[in-house]
Amino acid sequence: MVQITAVAEAIRLALPEALVEVEDLTGGGDHLQVKVLWEGFRALSRVKQHQLVYGALRTELATEAIHALALTTACPT
Amino acid sequence: MDATLKTRIETLVNASSVLLFMKGNKLMPQCGFSNNAVQIFNALGVAFDTFDVLSDQEIRQGIKEYSDWPTIPQIYVKGEFLGGSDILIELYNSGELKEKLAIALAS
Repeated sequence: MVQITAVAEAIRLALPEALVEVEDLTGGGDHLQVKVLWEGFRALSRVKQHQLVYGALRTELATEAIHALALTTACPT
Repeated sequence: MDATLKTRIETLVNASSVLLFMKGNKLMPQCGFSNNAVQIFNALGVAFDTFDVLSDQEIRQGIKEYSDWPTIPQIYVKGEFLGGSDILIELYNSGELKEKLAIALAS
């Protein structure tokens, strides 16, 4: 499991000034729903957008500290 | 990554028009996210092949590196990485998936 605040922090570190919303779906800290709004996504494909977020959480995902991550990415409107 | 493994994966993704790397198989998905993907392709009536990553540890780890994607399921269309579970659902809901598949499968 991971601390929700640490997850948001890690994403913001990789994607400066991103708006990050993290929800713990089960209360167990390992099934998360994450929404990321970031200006830098604008020219990128969905795959690239998700890869950037996954990249920020590489360790947590590889160790299965985060077991499931439902991810939504978008540009700020 | 190991060249032999990379070749194996390339051969796999190029052998099917639509290939779903999943946990389990079409009849018995072993994970909710893999099951969602199967249901989406079934709903669209698209012919697709699956590869059960639980049956092959080498591919299970290798595909994550190959796609630069940490999770299963993963979807390949005509050898090109389309995305994982969230993207598939998003594309399905917006109607883009049907369009993309129609174009890819027509060519």
